[in-house]
Amino acid sequence: MSKIHNAFNKGKAFIGFLTAGDPSVEKTEEFILEMVKAGTDLIEIGIPFSDPIAEGTVIQAANIRALSAGTTTDKIFDMVKSVRQKTEIPIVFLTYINPVFKYGYEKFFASCRQTGVDGIIIPDMPFEEKAECSSEAKSNGIDIISMIAPTSEKRIKEIASDASGYIYVVSSMGVTGMRSEIKTDLNSILHSIKEVTSLPAAVGFGINTVEQAKEISQTADGIIVGSAIVKIIEKYGSDAGKHIYDYTKSMKEAIL
Amino acid sequence: MSKGRYGIHGGQYIPETLMNEMINIEKSYEFYKNDLSFKKELNDLLNNYAGRPSLLYFAEKMTKDLGGAKIYLKREDLNHTGSHKINNVLGQVLLAKKMGKTRVIAETGAGQHGVATATAAALLNVECEIFMGKEDVKRQALNVYRMELLGAKVHTVTSGTMTLKDAVNETFREWTARVNDTHYVLGSVMGPHPFPMIVRDFQSVISKEAREQILKAEGRLPSAVVACVGGGSNAMGMFYNFINDKTVKLIGCEAAGHGIDTEKQAAAIARGSLGIFHGMKSYFCQDKYGQIAPVYSISAGLDYPGIGPEHANLHDTNRAQYVPVTDNEAVNAFEYLAKTEGIICAIESAHAVAYVQKTASAMKKDDIIIICLSGRGDKDVAAIAQYRGININE
Repeated sequence: MSKIHNAFNKGKAFIGFLTAGDPSVEKTEEFILEMVKAGTDLIEIGIPFSDPIAEGTVIQAANIRALSAGTTTDKIFDMVKSVRQKTEIPIVFLTYINPVFKYGYEKFFASCRQTGVDGIIIPDMPFEEKAECSSEAKSNGIDIISMIAPTSEKRIKEIASDASGYIYVVSSMGVTGMRSEIKTDLNSILHSIKEVTSLPAAVGFGINTVEQAKEISQTADGIIVGSAIVKIIEKYGSDAGKHIYDYTKSMKEAIL
Repeated sequence: MSKGRYGIHGGQYIPETLMNEMINIEKSYEFYKNDLSFKKELNDLLNNYAGRPSLLYFAEKMTKDLGGAKIYLKREDLNHTGSHKINNVLGQVLLAKKMGKTRVIAETGAGQHGVATATAAALLNVECEIFMGKEDVKRQALNVYRMELLGAKVHTVTSGTMTLKDAVNETFREWTARVNDTHYVLGSVMGPHPFPMIVRDFQSVISKEAREQILKAEGRLPSAVVACVGGGSNAMGMFYNFINDKTVKLIGCEAAGHGIDTEKQAAAIARGSLGIFHGMKSYFCQDKYGQIAPVYSISAGLDYPGIGPEHANLHDTNRAQYVPVTDNEAVNAFEYLAKTEGIICAIESAHAVAYVQKTASAMKKDDIIIICLSGRGDKDVAAIAQYRGININE
């Protein structure tokens, strides 16, 4: 059992996302520690990619800022290693398949194990392509987090029964980004998931307000917030630390 | 299990939100491709609307001038909308309608695929939105207006390098937001399965005709067929029905831009490495961390960092050869064909002409080469003039 399990042990989980290297990897480490201090249960770290097709404009811009600042996969592994000396918080990467493929699956997942990464989300690796790197992930003890979308329908059961870590439930059609309203029938999706697995299910895409956090955490095991946090970094840059702390705290308190 | 493989290439690397749609499209396509009324409808559109079959033209003056192999041109430039793109869009928009879709979206680089999609959408009565990089909107203002005339809405893409790859990104993003009533008319033999197969099948009419035409004209098969390659749809169409004719060389011409040793190029085979992007495993121009490289070509239609998966496999298996052609060689060939044969071809197609210009004279007189002239060059005239230091107003 990986550390991911711990994130869902203390009631509903708050999962915070940020893009590594925005505005610098040093600042990313600081922001992660602020989020941990404010009560985040799991951190998703985005490894920036030149062409993030599942991201909305906010996270796209963060990817560009991070890459322009010279962020590389190696620097991110170093940063995680440093974070690991300070906290036991579960850490999950979010990135696209090409940076992982090009790094080399065995080398990538071995580095995850050595630096203390617990899982990975790859939005452009659906169930059908999981064999791409599942054996390398597994042999290094890294969970591949599966995504389930509003369009998954009959696929929910096959995806959920083969999942590990937690299930990432995509709340809405489209790409990541803050939404004023989430219209998907999440309850029926969560219900189908629970029929085949005891893994926790966290909902992401669009969540940004305390009200949404409260409502969705009624049924989900956790909520994932990305664009709202990245937006704070976009606004305050290097000084975003205390703003991230305040925001994270308010969201975590809302779901307690 | 993973589907749509060409050797190690291909696959379906896309977000979960779109996976059910991939399955739907594949099922629908597998049904309609054998459906007599669908085939009849599509044939009717190809023959009576797009103007097929396209000519196989013997370029006698060019042949004499180069003094080697006999050169034929497969005249896809004479199709309605001026390129091979219409073959694919008529098929896909018709398929989309059969699937109950009321809206189509598409990416475009030079604007040829956008214009073709907007045309098919106008004819077949579906809504149409086109995504085009800001750089290309500037380079191809005339085509933007053409699409608008045809009733399409054109979105200017300002993300990333603001060219074709970013237009593809943005079209995928739009599709994940609205997949129920919308079909993405992918413009090349790329993307997730089943697109490389569907686009290849719809484009294979090029080689089906060319093979019959050359047998009729010469009584034998060509020594080589030559086509330009960006994503690779006209080349795949030109190659497909010759793949089993082992004596026929298949030659794809990639955009080498300022030169294959510079960073200003878009040659995925010559300069790229194995990667996974835009739904497929194939060759891509990228850095050592897997970040997709900004690419360059004078030709907006070849200005793409990857190549379709079936081409990648034809390369791996040595069935096809991929050669780089620079901007300068392509511009020279563009002018050469205009002066020699009175044909102004697309700058994309001029890459294929350039290769033949370089190699035909060394071949025997009884060799036959067919060049796929994928599009006409009206759209490029202003850019070529500018390349020669002449400013003209369109």
